[in-house]
Amino acid sequence: MASGKEIRTQIGSVKNTQKITRAMEMVAASKMRKAQDRMVASRPYADKMRTVISHLAHAHAEYKHSYLADREVKRVGMIIVSSDRGLCGGLNTNEFKVALQTVKEWRDRNVEVDACLIGQKSAGFFKRIGVNIVSQTTHLGDAPGLQDLIGAVKVMLEAFDEGKIDRLYIVFNEFVNTMMQKPTVEQLLPIRAGELDPELKHHWDYLYEPDAEQVLEQLLMRYVESLVYQSVVENIACEQAARMVAMKAASDNAGSLIEELQLAYNKARQAAITQELSEIVAGAAAV
Amino acid sequence: MSMTMHVDIVSAESEIYSGTVEAVFAPAAEGELGIMPRHAPLLTQLAPGEVRVRMPGGEEEFYFVSGGMIEIQPHTVTVLADIAVRAKSLDEAAARQAKERAEQAMKDRLSDGEYALAEAELAQAAAQLQTIRRLRQRQGRR
Repeated sequence: MASGKEIRTQIGSVKNTQKITRAMEMVAASKMRKAQDRMVASRPYADKMRTVISHLAHAHAEYKHSYLADREVKRVGMIIVSSDRGLCGGLNTNEFKVALQTVKEWRDRNVEVDACLIGQKSAGFFKRIGVNIVSQTTHLGDAPGLQDLIGAVKVMLEAFDEGKIDRLYIVFNEFVNTMMQKPTVEQLLPIRAGELDPELKHHWDYLYEPDAEQVLEQLLMRYVESLVYQSVVENIACEQAARMVAMKAASDNAGSLIEELQLAYNKARQAAITQELSEIVAGAAAV
Repeated sequence: MSMTMHVDIVSAESEIYSGTVEAVFAPAAEGELGIMPRHAPLLTQLAPGEVRVRMPGGEEEFYFVSGGMIEIQPHTVTVLADIAVRAKSLDEAAARQAKERAEQAMKDRLSDGEYALAEAELAQAAAQLQTIRRLRQRQGRR
């Protein structure tokens, strides 16, 4: 059994760790609130954008933009959103599992995958896996701007325009609630028409000003950007929530560890005292 | 009863306005648009300027947009603004400063990319100033 002093230093170090995890938990909690606010604030835009796009997908347009047309899949692109930092439980691992599964499904069909990575963690992971990486962005911080993402996304959009990829997915964590984050794979391009609004069933098309090509180009570009932005913001909220939960678990574990060690320490101390006493008594008896 | 339609004004950062109105006036890329209910479906770009909505009571509200898109359906109008702010919260001094800065930048003969950026900034600042001026006039009249 460890001596009293050893146990005491062990308790000390566990206590220090607990202090750190508790501080991290509180930081994550306050950051999560802010991240959630940002997520909620940018949601109406993304939702409205989705509505407009779904109207558009149902319009009987003369001009068909390439983002709206399905084509044979020879190569797919994936945007994988992850956190920059670790210590957030299984958040990234679970997401990567889902991403890898999608990659595998495509590979089984002899379709190669190009990846665009957002966040340090995915950059590290997919480098090891051997997926073809076309672009990456890291160190976005807690409040990323749209302009931080445009570059990385543009590479994928250009690849789609040039026919290098025929489909584009985005993988991110969807924020369900503080305790639950759901890894999600969503198809960005080509845009899939959603539920049809019964009011719009008849044959119709938009008027476009100045012309269809220009308007659609701008609208669809913004659509993709807003979706990517929304995913990134959501992923950040997930990251903070997951970190908060993980750190809370760590603090609790440290607490029970300290209790156990304290018990062991007390036992060791008592054993030492008992032993000392019996030695003294035995010594006295011998005299 | 007069006809109304639903309007949503959203920017990338937040929802700005959502409600029922009689008419919407928006600065489209090809010129000012006046939209009444049962307008034909239309999709167009917005120039920097003010979006005006007229509520059923005849009262009007102003929003400044720095560009974006507008989608019109017979009974709904959606403004997807890049940046939208309530005209009341516009800061005249800041707008004037931005305008001066942009003009200065254009004078200094920049590269193509920077020039385009400065030009966009100038258009925005000018539109902001105009919105403020119009708001002032209207308040003065009351």
